Amino acid sequence: MSETLVPVDEALTRYDPVMGLEIHIELNTATKMFCGCPTEFGAEPNTQVCPVCLALPGALPVVNAKAIESAIRIGLALNCEIAEWCRFARKNYFYPDMPKNFQTSQYDEPIAFDGHVDVEVDGETYRIDIERAHMEEDTGKSLHVGGSTGRIHGADFSLVDYNRAGIPLIEIVTRTIEVPGDKAAAVARAYVSYVRDLIGGLGVSDVRMDQGSLRADVNLSLKPKGSTTLGTRSETKNVNSFRSVERAVRYEISRHAGILDEGGSVLQETRHFHEDTGTTSSGREKSDADDYRYFPEPDLAPVSPSREWVEELRATLPEPPAVRRARLQADWGFSDLEMRDTIGAGALQLVADTIEAGATPQAARKWWLGEMARRANEQGADLDSLGITPLQVAEIQALIDAGRINDKLARSVFDGVIAGEGTPEEVIVGRQLEVVSDDGALGEAVDRAIAGDPDAAQKIRDGKQAAAGALIGAVMKEMRGQADAGRVRELILEKLT
Amino acid sequence: MSEPAKGISRADVSHLAGLARIDLSEAELDHFAAELPAILEHVAVVQQAAGDDVEAMSHPVPVNNVFREDVVVPCLTPEEALAGAPASEQQRFLVPKILGED
Repeated sequence: MSETLVPVDEALTRYDPVMGLEIHIELNTATKMFCGCPTEFGAEPNTQVCPVCLALPGALPVVNAKAIESAIRIGLALNCEIAEWCRFARKNYFYPDMPKNFQTSQYDEPIAFDGHVDVEVDGETYRIDIERAHMEEDTGKSLHVGGSTGRIHGADFSLVDYNRAGIPLIEIVTRTIEVPGDKAAAVARAYVSYVRDLIGGLGVSDVRMDQGSLRADVNLSLKPKGSTTLGTRSETKNVNSFRSVERAVRYEISRHAGILDEGGSVLQETRHFHEDTGTTSSGREKSDADDYRYFPEPDLAPVSPSREWVEELRATLPEPPAVRRARLQADWGFSDLEMRDTIGAGALQLVADTIEAGATPQAARKWWLGEMARRANEQGADLDSLGITPLQVAEIQALIDAGRINDKLARSVFDGVIAGEGTPEEVIVGRQLEVVSDDGALGEAVDRAIAGDPDAAQKIRDGKQAAAGALIGAVMKEMRGQADAGRVRELILEKLT
Repeated sequence: MSEPAKGISRADVSHLAGLARIDLSEAELDHFAAELPAILEHVAVVQQAAGDDVEAMSHPVPVNNVFREDVVVPCLTPEEALAGAPASEQQRFLVPKILGED
């Protein structure tokens, strides 16, 4: 069935979007939620499993204290109330990536509830209300074989790795978000980015969207302008980057508007987002919530965090993001606009880490918002999944400061590091990128440049130093960009004045 | 929970069987549609035994906060993990085609 898509701007003249966002955070505990299996990312299949997470008969789960602590800290950071007493619940459904045939989750007694965060878009602040943050466990990973590779439909069979099954997850659920339609996509992105920074700052998760330690689901419905009746929502999964959050919102606005314009009704269903096309496709129809037949988990004791413990944990929270941002802006000497751009690009933590690793604030900002943002944009990726770390960026900047390479060569070093050719130092050696500042080699090139452009040389002799640019350019060209431009200028002026 | 429904329709039984992935014949659907309401009536009698002053409980003893430290313990080897699997491939559990039933 072909779908009619209405351009977003046009759709927003007739409808207001209503969003709900669900974020799953994989905690970075050493062990799983209910057993002592390790949680390393990327381990060989089925090497981090035991009778509990494989649901072998008779196995009994025991809660990881660290996961509870992390859950409470996340709840507090989201300005939530922390439950005095809560239970786990079984969410029953059959799917091979969940060997127990139920997911241990929380139902009507989440550990944290009634919170809020304030996110900023284009200088405006939007309050996002948090309904709840609850604890649950991750599922295994399925590899669908046959048919079109990796896709569920058309698969002949599936191969399941349970290393991820049982890793602690925190699911953060917002209340409905109603903001001006033209801001919806940006607010959704800003919220996910904000939560990433917030949770990252707590040190309880790697919060890597590209590795799945932070995953977002976008629920969206449209209501006709002036109406107060909520429309039917779709729930888009597989949204694996900040950029995709924004695109998923926009696509669903277009798609819903197309259906509603034709007098149709939106199906309540799960949809899958496709990074390559920026579109969503139908997953499965959402079954009734009651069909999960939640009931309290009898194998796990209820959790009742003492108020003393909660207050102890509250005292461990880092400064609130708004306070931190103000402090960093002052420390770094960024203008409001520079700070806003840094946050908007999702680069705050990367810039902070780069500065921490020794780069100046302006250098850190320049690379992440310039060169790296351009690469991320070209690849449709987020900055933190480019394959280069803040430490490496700081190292490369240090090499520039030491005169070993220049900005132009640095780009080639970035290429090499991202391509996996080793450390910046190794890339410089491997690609022979070092700047030539040896006066002998440079002097000869300068002589040739002067001989090749007598007019420019004469102008400099006549006192027009600006003409040196042409000669510097000629030298740089001959040296394939690997000359120390400052030293070249000095040599030219020495020889001609 | 509210009072158990007196009438359980054949459609209800069919729906429940579907959720539990139990394949029931036509005759079995008829049978359970008649039998389940009787069971629920018995349960309703038991429920009356506890007055409003008795809280529903999910655990037989009032124990809270049973935790373990976040310390890694040895896992199964992949061979052990897969030993009971009807089929495996690439060190993973091989399962029949997912979906299709949805």
